[in-house]
Formats: sequence, C-alpha cells, structure tokens
Amino acid sequence: MRDLAIHAEGLGKTYGTVQALHDLDLAVPPGSVLGLLGPNGAGKTTTVRILTTLLRPDTGQASVAGHDVARQPAAVRQAIGLAGQAAAVDEHLTGRENLHMAGRLYHLDRAATHRRTGELLERFDLSQAADRPARTYSGGMHRRLDLAVSLVGHPQVLFLDEPSSGLDPRGRHQLRHTIRQLVQAGTTVLLTTQYLEEADHLANHIVVIDRGRSIAHGTPRQLKTQIGGDRLQLRLATPATASRAADIVADLGSSSPQVDIQTGEVTLPIADGVAILPEAVRRLDTAGLTLSDLALRRPTLDDVFLTLTRHPTQPPAAPTDQARTNRQPATRSRT
Amino acid sequence: MTTQAPGHATAMAIADTAVMTRRYLYHYLRKPSLLALAVVQPVLFVLLWTYVFSGAIQTPGGNDYVDYLMPGLFILAIAFGSANTGVGLADDLSHGLIDRFRALPMARPALLVGRTLADTLRNAFVVLLMVAVGYAVGFRFHAGPGPALAALAIPLAVGYLLSWISALIGLTVGDPETAGTASLLPVIPLAFTSSTFVPVATMPSWLQAWANSNPITHAVDATRALALGGPTTVPLLRAVAWILGLLAVVIPLAIHRYRHITQ
Repeated sequence: MRDLAIHAEGLGKTYGTVQALHDLDLAVPPGSVLGLLGPNGAGKTTTVRILTTLLRPDTGQASVAGHDVARQPAAVRQAIGLAGQAAAVDEHLTGRENLHMAGRLYHLDRAATHRRTGELLERFDLSQAADRPARTYSGGMHRRLDLAVSLVGHPQVLFLDEPSSGLDPRGRHQLRHTIRQLVQAGTTVLLTTQYLEEADHLANHIVVIDRGRSIAHGTPRQLKTQIGGDRLQLRLATPATASRAADIVADLGSSSPQVDIQTGEVTLPIADGVAILPEAVRRLDTAGLTLSDLALRRPTLDDVFLTLTRHPTQPPAAPTDQARTNRQPATRSRT
Repeated sequence: MTTQAPGHATAMAIADTAVMTRRYLYHYLRKPSLLALAVVQPVLFVLLWTYVFSGAIQTPGGNDYVDYLMPGLFILAIAFGSANTGVGLADDLSHGLIDRFRALPMARPALLVGRTLADTLRNAFVVLLMVAVGYAVGFRFHAGPGPALAALAIPLAVGYLLSWISALIGLTVGDPETAGTASLLPVIPLAFTSSTFVPVATMPSWLQAWANSNPITHAVDATRALALGGPTTVPLLRAVAWILGLLAVVIPLAIHRYRHITQ
C-alpha cells in the first residue's frame, strides 16, 4: 500500500448539512494519471483539497507519495504540485518572479531556481512575456504560468483541478503533451474534469463521482464499455412516434434506448455506429417514420451519469425495471 | 526531495519570510495607487491638522501645537494605513493565492510575518516622510536623537500590532472591500478618543476615564514624551505592555486562522 502514489480510504467531509464527500477510496499507482470525473459540486475539489493538505477530512485517511496527509503534511507539500481551479499567480510580479518565488519556497538553491525558472518559461512558451507583470497576461497565459508554478518543485505527485478550463485548443494540446511527458518521467497526476473526452485522452484510470460518492471507476475503455460506446441520436418529426421508433431500433443498440416524448428524441447506445446507421435509417423509413434530425455522437458526461445513476450497474437490475427507468426524459437538470 | 534537518528549519523559516516580505514590498512599489496613498496621506495629515487646528487648541506646557500634534499624527497615519494588511490578504485569498502558498512546503507563519514586516517597512517610510514635512512646518524633536529614534519606534510598533489585527480581519472576512472597512472600524474611534489631538484633561470627565485607558493614548503619550521631553518611563511601560500583550493574543489567532482557512 505504501507503494501507491495516492492512497485514500473512506474519505468523508461534511459542510454543515451538505455531505461534500462520502466514503471515497482512491488507489493511484506511481507514474499514472487518475481522472476524477464529475459535474460541478460532485466533490472533486474537496478531494483535491484534502489530498493537498488544505483541508482536513472528517473521516478516513489518505497518504500522498507515502506520507500521511494529516500527520506529515510538510512532507506531502514537499512532494506535490498543485494547480487549483483559479489561476493563482501574483498579478504584480512578473512571470519570472512568480516562478522564482515558488522555487525559493520549495527551497531550491539560487542556481537551481534560476535554471528551473528558465526551463519552465521555455516549456510553457512564456519566455517572451517573462519580464512583464502577470496582470498583463491573457487568460491562457495565466493558466500556463499557473501550471508552470505547480511544476517548479519537480513534484512526484501533481494535482490539477480542471486544468483545461480557460485554455484555448492550442493550450489544451500543450497541456496534454506536458502531462504525457511528466508521466513518462515518472510523475503521478491526479486531474479533475467535467469532460469525459478529456479524461479519456489524459487518464489511465477514471473515478466517476457524483454528490460526494464514487459511482464508478475503471480504465476509460472499461468505462465506455460499461456505458455503451457511441450514441445514436434520433429526433422524430412527430414526437409522439418516438416510442415506436425506439422499439424499431432497440435491438441494434448495446443497451436499451432512452426516449423523450416531449422533444421526440431517442438516444440509443451503440457499439458500432457506422455499420448501424444505414440499417436504422432503412427500418425507420420502411415504418414510415420521419426524422427531423439524426446524429452519431461520442458519449458525454450526461450519458455517463444517466447510465450510471439510472441503470444500477451492479447488480444488474431486472429487465422490466430497466425498461421503465429508460422511458424517462433523456435530459436531467444539474446544478 | 531534500529532507530538512531540524536545525535547518529556523533558517528556512527566515528565508521563507524574506521571500514573502519582498513579494509584498513589490506590491507597494508596483501598485501606483498604493504608492501614491503612502505618500499623499501622511503629507496631507500633517498639513491639514497643523494649519487647521493650530490656532484653536491650547497645549499644556505651552508647546507649539505642531510639536504636540506630530507624535499623535504618526500613529494616526499608520493606523489608517494598517487596513492595507487585511485588504492585501483578502485579495490573496480571493485569488486562490493563500491556497497556493498553503500547499507549498514553506514555514506556516512566513506569509503573515512577511506581510506584516513589509507593512512595517511601508510605515517606516510614512513616518520618515512625516518627519520631513513636519520639519518644514516647524516641528522639532526636543529631547535629543536617541529619544527621537525611540519616538519613531513606538508608532511602528503600534502599526505592527494593527497590521496583525487587520490580517486577522482580512483572513476572516475574505473579501477585500469588507476587509478595508472592517479594519478601520476599531481604529477610528480609538484614535479620536485618545490624546492624539487634544489633552485628555480637556475632555468631559466620563470620556476622560475611557481615554485614559485607551491603548492609543498610552502610545501617543509615550511617543510625545520621547519627542518633546518629560517623564517617559510610565507611558513607555504602559504602551509596551499593551502592544506586547495584544500581539501575544492576535498573532496566534491570525496564524491559526491562516492554517485552517476553508473557502
């Protein structure tokens, strides 16, 4: 167990009457990336704050890089880097000064601090702007500087709380590249995200949390198999015919379709989209049903949640039960 | 990476504090509004009070009013500036910087000690500027250079205390605007019900009782005695006792607050 980069057992945290985190377990081997996937308010940031010694859990225990977060917080802090949700850089200092300050606070010596500062400015494409105050930086530059600061101390374990927020596509690409490089060099990364696609791209292992509880975990592949690959989305010209359409295409899917009578939408999880698409269209055409829209799309976080919180994943529910739950509207409002 | 030997810890804590002090000094130097305030306010205080009030107020012992007033003005100007501490920390807090620093392996008190030291250096600048302007309008130290230096140290000590109080307020309210107002709230009544502007003996008797137990009165009296001459021991002891006593309470509270901040 001490070989794990991050190990948490039964973490719980309550704010007043709100249970932010309930009985969360994590086991992250060194040199891997864990994606903590969930909507706003799921408990992702609370988890990061506990693991980075910023918050004491009410229950459970955790160790990071082999050090207990409650009993050896100083050792944990020496071993980690954190980039929080807000780009936390000093606006009145230049990019170089921000990095330099972090280097000194990680207790690198002067020469090492200088070297590290130069490296990171280069890597994050900030050399040109290095001697300008951070308040003159664009949103993306802020974010990059923030990430750079989190790496100053050569962290063994890096925590990134929604790292891609505020980054443009180029910045995202760069972030992915950086994370891959770090992991190759042996760094362990825990990142939080609201986007399944991002977790899929970046993480070796995903833990899905909702309302403070872990509701699923596995590799991206396992998770996608669990939630059934792509989605075929049909919109019927006459909403009332949606149920009939769903029955016609149901056997093409990898699990039962979801129907929204209000909008006339049918969402069918499928394993092989390209092969199924023509067949689905042919059948609907033969039945005389008219479509107003047709789309093949990757599963979203909404699909994950619909599948994981509606279908009880384990043990499998009775088929009748499943059919009933699936007839509920396909969209859920979330805060 | 490197493991810290226990003997090293103190040296590291001092180094961390120096890093933080420098950071906050940069803020004063690079934020034009803060720099301007640090220059304009003390000058304005000296000129306004000496010219507006000097004709109307009789001072005990026949001192010039400017000589009587300046020691109190040092403390008043610093007291008004002390809100900077809480505002700066609330600003750090709202930008996520306190979290960032708390997750770094730096000494726990370094941020607050560094902040209050930077504020003390700012205050030293303010006091020296006031002395210069004071000299231009007729103020003089009358008890020699040693006591004059001590007379400048008292306002700085008061400023250090007020900075810690403001730090506690800033970390508690967490919002820069509220922190600014809340930091001034205790300062204004304390400053005006003290011997800053008028001798306590001229106040109504019920107010005299309060003014005589007001710590600002003791600090002003001690500064005044050191600047103008006269018995210094009693006011000095009282002022130092108040400042040390309150620091012993406020510093642990503020550091505790820093360590346990949750957003």
